[in-house]
Parts: sequence; structure tokens; C-alpha cells
Amino acid sequence: MITGRFFAAGADRRIAITIFILLAIAIIVPLLNLAVSPTSAFYVPSYVVALTGKYLCYALLALALDLVWGYCGILSLGHGAFFALGGYAMGMYLMRQIGSRGVYGNPLLPDFMVFLNYGELPWFWYGFDQFWFAAIMVLAVPGLLAFVFGWFAFRSRVTGVYLSIITQAMTYALLLAFFRNDMGFGGNNGLTDFKDILGYNVQADATRSALFAASAVTLALAVFVTWAIVGSKYGKLLMAVRDAESRTRFLGWRAENVKLFAFTVSAVMAGIAGALYVPQVGIINPGEFEPSNSIEVVVWAAVGGRGTIVGPIIGALVVNAGKSWFTGVLPAFWLFALGGLFVAVTLFLPKGIVGMWDSWRGNARALRAASITNPINGEAGTDPAVPPPPKIVRSAARTPGDWSASGPEPQPAE
Amino acid sequence: MPKSNTILYLDGVSVSFDGFRAINNLSLVLDKGEMRAIIGPNGAGKTTMMDIVTGKTRPDAGEVYFDGQVDLTKHDEAEIAMMGIGRKFQKPTVFESHTIEDNLMLALKGPRSIFPALFHRRSAAEARQIDDILGIIRLGDKRDELAANLSHGQKQWLEIGMLLAQDPKLLLVDEPVAGMTDAETEETARLLRDIARDHSVIVVEHDMHFVRELGVKVTCLHEGSVLSEGSLDFVSADERVVEVYLGR
Repeated sequence: MITGRFFAAGADRRIAITIFILLAIAIIVPLLNLAVSPTSAFYVPSYVVALTGKYLCYALLALALDLVWGYCGILSLGHGAFFALGGYAMGMYLMRQIGSRGVYGNPLLPDFMVFLNYGELPWFWYGFDQFWFAAIMVLAVPGLLAFVFGWFAFRSRVTGVYLSIITQAMTYALLLAFFRNDMGFGGNNGLTDFKDILGYNVQADATRSALFAASAVTLALAVFVTWAIVGSKYGKLLMAVRDAESRTRFLGWRAENVKLFAFTVSAVMAGIAGALYVPQVGIINPGEFEPSNSIEVVVWAAVGGRGTIVGPIIGALVVNAGKSWFTGVLPAFWLFALGGLFVAVTLFLPKGIVGMWDSWRGNARALRAASITNPINGEAGTDPAVPPPPKIVRSAARTPGDWSASGPEPQPAE
Repeated sequence: MPKSNTILYLDGVSVSFDGFRAINNLSLVLDKGEMRAIIGPNGAGKTTMMDIVTGKTRPDAGEVYFDGQVDLTKHDEAEIAMMGIGRKFQKPTVFESHTIEDNLMLALKGPRSIFPALFHRRSAAEARQIDDILGIIRLGDKRDELAANLSHGQKQWLEIGMLLAQDPKLLLVDEPVAGMTDAETEETARLLRDIARDHSVIVVEHDMHFVRELGVKVTCLHEGSVLSEGSLDFVSADERVVEVYLGR
């Protein structure tokens, strides 16, 4: 059933193509970086590998947000917090891999702890010398925070803008906490000067390529998981909660649990994105908790088209590529450009790039269908005497598999 | 009065919002298998009564019992729905971005937790149930259409169909024929009479023609309590009902 749906046409085919492209670049880009001579036209420079690897992590973060925002209507303005927590878990592992190669040469304590006169390793740093432990924490810490936060928020039926505000407050509170030196996470400077990951030098081209490939494969996997979730009966329920929450309650569903599951899964995905991001950029500091970062994620998802799975990925890649270019050319104006972009998308592309593409394709198909069913004039549409074929206006989600947030407006019951 | 043979038992129920008494010492008893029509002017407390029964609103005072023994004031919406009380809203509320079939699938009786839903595969029995309900609500040819594309009357029927899929013991149906044509209204009356054969039903409606079609006992509410109760002829002959509701 699930494989049948996977190779079907329409939106499902788009998911299959996306996964295929991601798996392909996971192989091709590292090959072009490592196996091709730097003088060749096909050579991919190492900085491009690192940069696009970073974008793929952002894309994964945007996809995580899409699951809760696009499909359940939970506008989280704090997803950057889950991303940063995953990043910190990975950063702690990388710090402990430095060992005695730090500036102070302490075999146990990271440099910042020596500098801040720590006598011994804080308890919460235990275990992070093991990769498997760090990997579990990458999943568990954001997941647990999201679970506890969501448990209280959804049970108290905090929704809409109030929920957005408290997610924002959550990431801001974490920002302030992580800035403190005595939290034991390196304070203002965060964690940096990483040397090895799993025994390989993080600066080496081969390691960077491997991290890039890992990011692409993880993103492909996340696309598959998200697609499987939203296509299941639970996914339909998720959208039902988005559109008519009280109706689901009166049918006997616990809307708070429905939201909690999606929110937790989404936070875990964001944590994985952060963990892949940190070794590629070489630093994690409290700045990642900045509320503005989380808002930027919302912009990526909105630009690409929320509730489309592929859209937020495209949005993250396009906006970040634009950001890299823009901050090089006109650095002072980047924030204005970003703000302008968000306004423009909201006004002119309310369904984002992918939603726009869909309605354009829908119209084109309708035109084509109309010209086929017009036997009088073989070339319908070219003859001015023939009235233009009626535009078939349909909701964006035409087939059951074609999920889209651009459907009817959520309607409050009663 | 014994609760034993009742499906719904309200006694001395009061609730007020910001000092306004929406329900005032309301007592109402519905026997098992009974269909009851509730009429009354706007603000009489009809919808608030349904809110209390379905757990959306907690009463300030009074007893609310379901099936003779379950105290409904101690449960929330989802629990009450699982016990077997289904509700149709005044404004038809269906999942507009889903197909008719998916709307019914989400309503179908079954486990209501996350993981079974995540790994759910439609069984032949479920497909048959959905087919049956599609036949009853006469939307069989529209099963793959989005609920958003239905007409107002069809949405009302879909919502009734979702109630049937839930297989409740008691159905609360709020204004089922609002916005329907005369033919659709008659059809709906027939549908509800069919449903009432093996369910207990409360219907709130303003359309007196429709209430007459139902041919059941009528309760008239006014200012949060029962004003008059009996056959439609009895109630509509009642001076006070004529005064506050029917008009002269």
C-alpha cells in the first residue's frame, strides 16, 4: 500500500523525486569534491560542500516546522531552540573528543572549564565522550523538552497566537540561560575548536563530504517519514485538528495528544538538524537560540509553501542561498530584504512557491483539458472567436494524497 | 424520579456566564430509545444544554447523568464522545480539506489513540461500514470529493453520517435543517426517524414544519428552563409558548 502510493502520480511523485535528488546529491557532490581534480570544471570546492551541507540542515529544520505548522496549524516560533539543543548535544561530544589537545591541555576538562576554574566535569557532561550517548541525547533532549512543553500547552488548550508567543518565550529563556557561564555550556562563546568526529578530523575534506552526505540522506529520510506520517490516518487526523479541532474532540479524539505527538516528532527532527549542523559550521553558541532565528525558519517555510513537505525545503535553500549572496553584496540591507520577502510572499504568493506552482499547473491542465474537449476548433484558444475556456477553480488539494495547507480556512466550531 | 431507564437525565441544572443565567434549574429526562424535539426562542439555552451534556461546559449546579449511571459532569468531551454521545453542531462542522470518505473514516468507531492511527490500514469491515453510511446519507457518488465542495445541506448530512459512523447511543442534533430546501428537509426528517429506530436522539430545531414531520414529544425551553412539554399540538396550544416563541 505504502509503496503503491510512493510511485503514484501527483504530489506523491514529487516526494519520490525529492528523495531521489537528495540521495543522488549525497553521492555526486562528495565525488565531485574528492575524486575530481581541482582544475576540472566539474570540481565542487570544499567551501561549497560545507555551505550546502549547512543549507540541508536548515532545510531539515524547515521540514520539521512544516509538520507542525503546515499540517497541524501550530505556528511554533521556537523551533530554533530544539535545533540548538540538538546542536549543543553534538557540540558536547565534539568538545570531549578534543581531549588533551586543547590550549590548556587538560585531558578531561574542555578549555572553557579550565578557564572558568571548574574543579571537575559537571555531571551533565558525563557520557558525552561516547558518540552513541551523544546521539541519544540529540534525540532525547529536544524531544523531551517538546513533550513537556507541549503536554502543558496543549492540555491547557493554548492555541494560536498565544502558543506562538510562549514558544518564543521558551527559546528566549533558553537563550538567556545558555549565555550564563555557570550553566556549564561555555556561556557566551559556546562550544568550538572541534578536532575530531568519530576519530576523523572535522576540517578534512573527506569528513566534510561525509557530513554533507549524512545531511542529505537524513533529509531524504525525514521527507519519507513526514510523508508517511501525513499520509496515514493519523496525518489526516492531524489536518482535521488543524481545520476543526472541536469536531475531533466530539468524535472522541484527544486533540492535545494528536498535537503533542507531531510537536515531539518535529522537535526531534529539529534536534537532528542541529546535530548535523554543528560539526559542519564548527561552532555552537547561545546565538542559535535567538528568537529571530526561529522566525527566519517560519519565513523559509512560508516562502516555499507550507503544508507541502517539499516547499519548506525549497524555501530554506532559496532564502539561504539568497542570504549568502545578499550579505556578500549589500550586507547592511539583508534584514530589510528578508522582511520585504516575507511581506511580498504573504501578499503575492500566499501559498508559497510550491503552492503557486500547483495552482499554475492546475490551471494549465484545465486549459489543456478544455482544448481537448473542444471538437469544433482543433486549436482551441488560438481562435479569438472561441471564448476562453472556463477556468476551473478548485481547491489546491484535489486528490487525497495532495495535501495542502492552502485548503479552506480553518473554521472554528460553534 | 428513577434514573434507571433513562439515557439522559438532567436535574436542577444551572449555569451562568458573567452573571447571565443561560441555564436555570433545568430538568429534562430522555428515555432509552426516545427521540425528542427541543424548540425555543434564541437564547433559551438549547445549545448551552448540549454543551453541558457533551462536556464542553461545566454546570454550576445540578445533576447530569448518562445511561442512568454515568455522571457526565466528571468527564471531558473526548471521554463523553467515547461513551456514546454524538453531537452535530448548529453550523455544519466537517473536515473541509478531506474527502467525504476520509471524514467518515475519522469518525468511524474504533481505537482513539495515536499509534493505532499511525499504522492504521482500512479493513474490509470498515470499508463496508463507510459504504453503508454513504448510502444512508446519499453521498455515495461524492465519496472522493472534498467536503469543502459540498452544499450546505450535504454538509449537514455528512455531519449526521459522521455521527452514525461513531455509532453513539445518544445523538444530539443541533438545527439539522437550517439552510435546507423543503425537499431536503423532508428527506432529513425521514433520515432522523430511521436513525431514531435504534438510537436515542435529541433534535433542536426552529422549523415547526420539520418538527411536525418528526412526530415526537416536544420540549420548549425558555430562559434556561422548560416552559412546556408534550406533543407538538399540546405545546403549540400552550399560551406561554405562543407568547414567547410562536407568536400570535
